[in-house]
Parts: sequence; structure tokens; C-alpha cells
Amino acid sequence: MGPLAPYEIISESSNFLFAFLIGIGFGFVLEQAGFSSSRKLAGVFYGYDMVVVKVFFTGAITAMLGLLFFSLFGWVDLDLVYVNETFLWSSIVGGVIMGLGFIMGGYCPGTSFCGASIGKIDALFFIGGLFIGVLIFTEGYPLWEGLYKAENMGAPKISTWFGLSDGFFALLVIFMAVAMFWIAEWAEKKFPREEY
Amino acid sequence: MQVRQVVICIKPFNDKPMEKVKKMKYMNPYIAGVLLGLVLLAANFIAGRGLGLSGAVKSAVISAVQTVAPSHAENASFYKEYKAQHSESPLKNWLVFQMLGVIVGAFVSGVISRRITWKVEHSPKITSRKRLVFAVMGGILFGFGSQLGRGCTSGAALSGMAVMSLGGFITMMAIFGTGFAMAYFFRKLWI
Repeated sequence: MGPLAPYEIISESSNFLFAFLIGIGFGFVLEQAGFSSSRKLAGVFYGYDMVVVKVFFTGAITAMLGLLFFSLFGWVDLDLVYVNETFLWSSIVGGVIMGLGFIMGGYCPGTSFCGASIGKIDALFFIGGLFIGVLIFTEGYPLWEGLYKAENMGAPKISTWFGLSDGFFALLVIFMAVAMFWIAEWAEKKFPREEY
Repeated sequence: MQVRQVVICIKPFNDKPMEKVKKMKYMNPYIAGVLLGLVLLAANFIAGRGLGLSGAVKSAVISAVQTVAPSHAENASFYKEYKAQHSESPLKNWLVFQMLGVIVGAFVSGVISRRITWKVEHSPKITSRKRLVFAVMGGILFGFGSQLGRGCTSGAALSGMAVMSLGGFITMMAIFGTGFAMAYFFRKLWI
């Protein structure tokens, strides 16, 4: 019965060991998919390389369906799986700032660590920027604390929010993902591309 | 006296320059996506939580501030709030161990696929220097935004989507929406 750590089936130190192993899997898959290259990642915004859309949505629906099936089989108690909290305004403003950071820097935090691991110097500089950005946030915290904590909606699931069952909502996400894959394949044929 | 000249010609073991050594192709993105989903599923099944990198950076920053300026960390509101919620060292954190794994995993992948090399990757239209300046600026914005938005592309958008979090969806739409909206203005950096 999972999740294992919240149910105390495994100890805290084993959980940290698993965190390290899961991280290895995470980094390995991202690098194999080409997420260590900023020009490949930025391709999503210009249509010449849509690997981000393909990997991101395939990953999301695989994990989403996996969790639903695990729950159906009684393997995992979804009430103990962490659902990100929703603070409306900080989600939107934070997301917009991150989007700007993405198009300027060409990386997101996870991919920058992958890039740096294989020697990308631009990724190392991006990571330096990350530390500065986080420090600005923590040091100036009183200035944006109001925005950070505004409109706390708890941790709603989007399915509950729309009054749908989890399974039906997952089906909608799959349809959406298939549409995105179709657009992605079309875009890559339309815009010129080279391997980085 | 005649001197005999002996010319020894050594053929290099690998006569191709390093750049010519063929890099291995990237994995099929849909297969990589399924594997990524399985890693994320494992994280949720084992630890009851998703993946994330910005949380690990936050832990490192907080730990650094506590070490360098302990009295400041005792008084400034963010660190006080953090300490009230976390009794242990900020580095004794799931995401920190996961981040160390990411570095190892990506390095192993790079070794296997022969992609390890020092390089500043940039469009031929800009200089390395310009690329690095924008990389730092992008990193600062991403670091700040990830704290405000309570997670980055992996922690909020990807992991949030897998558990159908409303906030995760909103953050994902905001990140990619802004990226597309701003792509035109930064096109010289990439194409």
C-alpha cells in the first residue's frame, strides 16, 4: 500500500536514498531526450523542435494514468499524495515571470542542471542566476508576501473544480495531449530544423 | 659519413578530430516521455510527492544564508517562517537528494551518448557573451518566479498536472503562454 513514505513503510533515510535514485532516473531521461540543450528546448516556442511538448505531455499523462490505476487497484492512497496548493495570483504572476525567464535563458531549473552536468557553460550561468533570483525572493520577502499569500484556494484538483470525475478529466487531458502531438508533428515539418 | 634519416610516422589511433566523433542521437521523445512519467509515478508512489528542482535551490540558498549570516537568518521574515515549518537542516530535504541524483543521472547519460563537452550553446547570430548574459538574466527571473509560483516546470507544472492540481495547470499555462507571447521579441537568441 502506497505511498510508502507517508505510510511509514520505509524509513526517512530510505526515502532519501530513493530520492537520489529517482533523481538519477529523472536526470538520465531528461538528458537522453535532449533537454540538456537550450536551443532544443527553446525550439518549442518557434516550432522547429517540439520535443518539450512531446516529452512533457507524454510524461504527465503516463504519471496521471498510473496514479489513477494504482488507486483503482488499491496500491496507493491518493489522499496521502501531495497535491500542489493553489494561490491564484502568485501562480499566474510567478508563471509569467518563469515564462520570461525560459525564453531569455533557454532553460528551466531541471534542464539547466542536466545541461550543466554534460558541460554546458550557459547552463552553469543560468544556475548562477537561479541562486540570485531565489535570494532576491527570500531577501525581499516582505515586499511580495502579500501577493505570495493572496487568494489561497487550498489544494483543489482541477477535476473537482469543474465537477468532473478524475477519470473523465484524465480522458480530456489525453485528447488535449493527442491534439498537441498532432500540432507538434505538423510544426516540425513546417519549420526548418537542425540537430543540436 | 652519411647520416641516415629515419622518419617514423605514427598514425594516430583515432585520426578523426574530437568534434567528428559521432554523437548518439536523442531518444524518441514519446518513449522518453513514458519513462519520465514512470519516474514521476515512482516518486509519487514511494515518497507521496512529485519531482522538483527549484525547491532544492531554495534549500541551498537558505542553508547558505544561515551559514554566512546567522543573525540575519534569525531575524528576516522569510527564514523565520521557513524555520517555523522545518525543524531540521534545510539540506536534509527530499528534493536536495533528488537534485544530486539528477546531476549524476544526466552525467551518466551524457557519457553513454558521448555528449560531455565544455560548450556555450548559442545561435550563430549572437556571441557567447550575449548568450551568457541572457542565461544569467533568465536564471534570475526563473529563480524568482519559481519561489513566487511555488514550484518550477517540474515541481508545479509537470508534477502538478500528474496529480491534477489546479495551481499546477495555471502555472503551466502561464509559463508556456508567456514563452509563446514573448518568443517574437527574443527570436534572435534562438533562430
